[in-house]
Amino acid sequence: MDVLQILVNGLMLGALYACIAVGFSLVWGVLNVINMLHGSFIVLGGYLAFFAWRDLGIHPLISLVGVAALLFALGWVLQYGLINHIVARPVLTTLTLTFGLDMIVYNFMTLAFTATPRRVALDLGVMHALDVVVPVDRIVAMVLALVLTGLLFLLLRSSALGRAIVAVRMDRDAASLMGIRVERIYAVTFGIGALMAGACGSLLAIVYPVTTMMTDQFLGKAFVVCVIGGLGSVPGALAGGLALGLIESVSGHLVGPQHAMTIGFSLMIVLLMTRPTGLLGTQGYE
Amino acid sequence: MKRGLTIFVACTVVMAAVPFIADNYVVRLCTFLCMYAALALSWNVIGGYAGYPSFSTAGFFGLGAYAGALMQNAGATPVLSWLAATLVVGALAASIGRFILRMKGHYFAIGSLAIVEVLRLAASSWASLTGGGDGLNVPILKGGPDLVGRVFLFSMMAMMIVCFVMTILVDRTRLGFGLRCIKQNEDAADMVGIDVTSYKTAAFALSAMFCGTIGAIYASWVAYIDPSDAFSTLLSLKVPVMTMLGGPGTVLGPVVGAWLFVVLEEMIWAQFLELNRAILGVVIVVLIFTLPGGLLGLRLPAWNWRALVGLRNRVPEAP
Amino acid sequence: MSTAVLEVDNLSRAFGGVQAVDGVSFALHPGEIVGLIGPNGAGKTTLVNLVTGVVSPTSGTVRFNGCDVTRQRPWQAARNGLARTFQVVQPFPEMTVLDNVAAGALFAGQASSRAEAESAAREHLSFVGLGGEAHRPAAALPLPGRKRLELAKSLAMKPKVLLLDEVNAGLNTGEVEHALTLMRAIADRGITILIIEHLMKVVLSLSQRILVLHRGKLVSQGDPKTVIQDPVVIEAYLGRKFAERQLKLAHG
Repeated sequence: MDVLQILVNGLMLGALYACIAVGFSLVWGVLNVINMLHGSFIVLGGYLAFFAWRDLGIHPLISLVGVAALLFALGWVLQYGLINHIVARPVLTTLTLTFGLDMIVYNFMTLAFTATPRRVALDLGVMHALDVVVPVDRIVAMVLALVLTGLLFLLLRSSALGRAIVAVRMDRDAASLMGIRVERIYAVTFGIGALMAGACGSLLAIVYPVTTMMTDQFLGKAFVVCVIGGLGSVPGALAGGLALGLIESVSGHLVGPQHAMTIGFSLMIVLLMTRPTGLLGTQGYE
Repeated sequence: MKRGLTIFVACTVVMAAVPFIADNYVVRLCTFLCMYAALALSWNVIGGYAGYPSFSTAGFFGLGAYAGALMQNAGATPVLSWLAATLVVGALAASIGRFILRMKGHYFAIGSLAIVEVLRLAASSWASLTGGGDGLNVPILKGGPDLVGRVFLFSMMAMMIVCFVMTILVDRTRLGFGLRCIKQNEDAADMVGIDVTSYKTAAFALSAMFCGTIGAIYASWVAYIDPSDAFSTLLSLKVPVMTMLGGPGTVLGPVVGAWLFVVLEEMIWAQFLELNRAILGVVIVVLIFTLPGGLLGLRLPAWNWRALVGLRNRVPEAP
Repeated sequence: MSTAVLEVDNLSRAFGGVQAVDGVSFALHPGEIVGLIGPNGAGKTTLVNLVTGVVSPTSGTVRFNGCDVTRQRPWQAARNGLARTFQVVQPFPEMTVLDNVAAGALFAGQASSRAEAESAAREHLSFVGLGGEAHRPAAALPLPGRKRLELAKSLAMKPKVLLLDEVNAGLNTGEVEHALTLMRAIADRGITILIIEHLMKVVLSLSQRILVLHRGKLVSQGDPKTVIQDPVVIEAYLGRKFAERQLKLAHG
């Protein structure tokens, strides 16, 4: 396979990975909570987009907005209602709680949607350029993923809400002393995390078949991207996502696609032991 | 403690008598009771005493299962295979422990999860050795269901007792005291003269090796294993939850928690097959909110529910 | 003189671009009480960290009772007889006061059993005046109590050398007096003390010798009277008014 093709594939994959991970990274960086529901949120977004398209005739790019809103609300409620009470507790507690919540969500999704793989087949054709072949729907997904990520970055940089979120990430107590209502910020951040996951899920549904069996995979990718790129920052997620995408594309070509995940995880373990703060090292919580 | 110990011994004796007074279903249930108690007791050493939230249980269990299965397929007797599995898993844990225990909190938790993933993926892809996704068959023990049921009940029971004794030893000796100090304040522990790295690694290895044995016994029991069954992330989650349910860092807590959890799960599975995952999730969520110190942390008569409500306002542990 | 119990030779440590400790050399002799003073950021705590193995030096050596212990880990330093207290106290919060001290006795103090460690712990607790608090959780103690707990813990470690890092920070006058008495009693037991302090009254009344650290370098050492009159020290840390007052007190 052409080197350029491998690179392009890697970057396209990477953009999607970045979008998958950025919400997860934000929640971990700001709330110090590992959200085991993240994978389920992604799949949920995908399913909602699919059913909106199949049963209601809504084009996925339009339903994207609706899905985003729904997932935001879901995340906000979960955080404010439940997770908020144990945010200060040790790792084991928060991790187990989100794990438990995930089991509930997963079960209901499997019952409601069944595990049949669903894909929104848009049939947009294929683009050729410089010996590189790229399906157009992938390009669309990638561009939108980058747009979403960019919007989040702008939000964090330029809006009052975004600055508040960053402040809480840096120093929760100081932010509280400045008059920021930390609990509200937590809820909004978690909501944003869910929103990004759901929106990304919708985009993924255009490219790949989504099924409930993939929640673990998505979650795993999010982990790896966070460790590679660093926590709680959009550039970090972007760097990590692109890096992972390239690594998988290259190693998939060299040793076969089935080993791609193993290599990703092994890399993550090595990084955890040597440089846990990641490439763009924003010191996350331990 | 004395009273708890007496109850534990009594229950064990009752379970030992079960094959002669009840049917195979009850024998199976008791076997699981012993298995999970042993797993929870093992996890307790690294998670409860040392305070490192490990999600590697499934990794060690699965590795032991495969090691045992492969040895048996190569002609070794079951018991020998189980011993070999113990050594293999113990050695692995001791060697990677040094590195993985450098991480703390969330990073350690993820690292420990990643170990399970890598091991599962390795088992799936190394098809020539492990049969890959098709799984591995293990020679079935001869003698008919009753005998087999009895053999594995007593094997798992033996493991439970071994892990129980190990926990008592850890609890009463310098190791347990040191691990408690490490859990409270690792730097202060270092300054007070505790060789933190060695203690943590010892705890990690101890918590791992018997999981390996249990995995190997499990493989012989069910006579067929595959990667997703042996390296089930759900196992890695259930075992810490059981210990948290009963009371981490205590001797009896893991046993109480495991027994309660298994019985609960059995009742739920029987009634609500479709929703069993969701209900388990609900149980976990409720547990987190109402029992921060586990059942053994309650310190009041079990029928005093008004006091239980008062517990909801407990100050959360320091982060 | 090689009767020194602790010898530090040309010890240096840099963090990134900052030279925290720069070529420091000094020696402690058995039974001495030596004060270590200097402005904030001079590198005093870093020096203690270097000596106890919390941080490794970029160059230089540390010798303890003649043995090279430059690369030792903190727990080895503790077992060898080098104990220290922390500026921000570091107890085991949910363990009892007794267990906190017993930990010191059991591990660094090398007690042969839990029972022996506990009885040693009780002794040290009553020595510092915390006898009645033995069964409270350490986190329940107020600050002066925690400082005393830290002290008791270090004593239980059977140290030959005790490094006290601002043990009086946050204490009022009465508490400081009590702390002084304790420290003299500790020195009477034959333990060598290096005390980092900002309270000059404490330093002057306790120390037989003073070391002055400024920007990582040892700028002065000697007996208290000489050091406080040293213009370098006055410039860097003490201030003219203080030095004049001290002179008046000495002559008046």
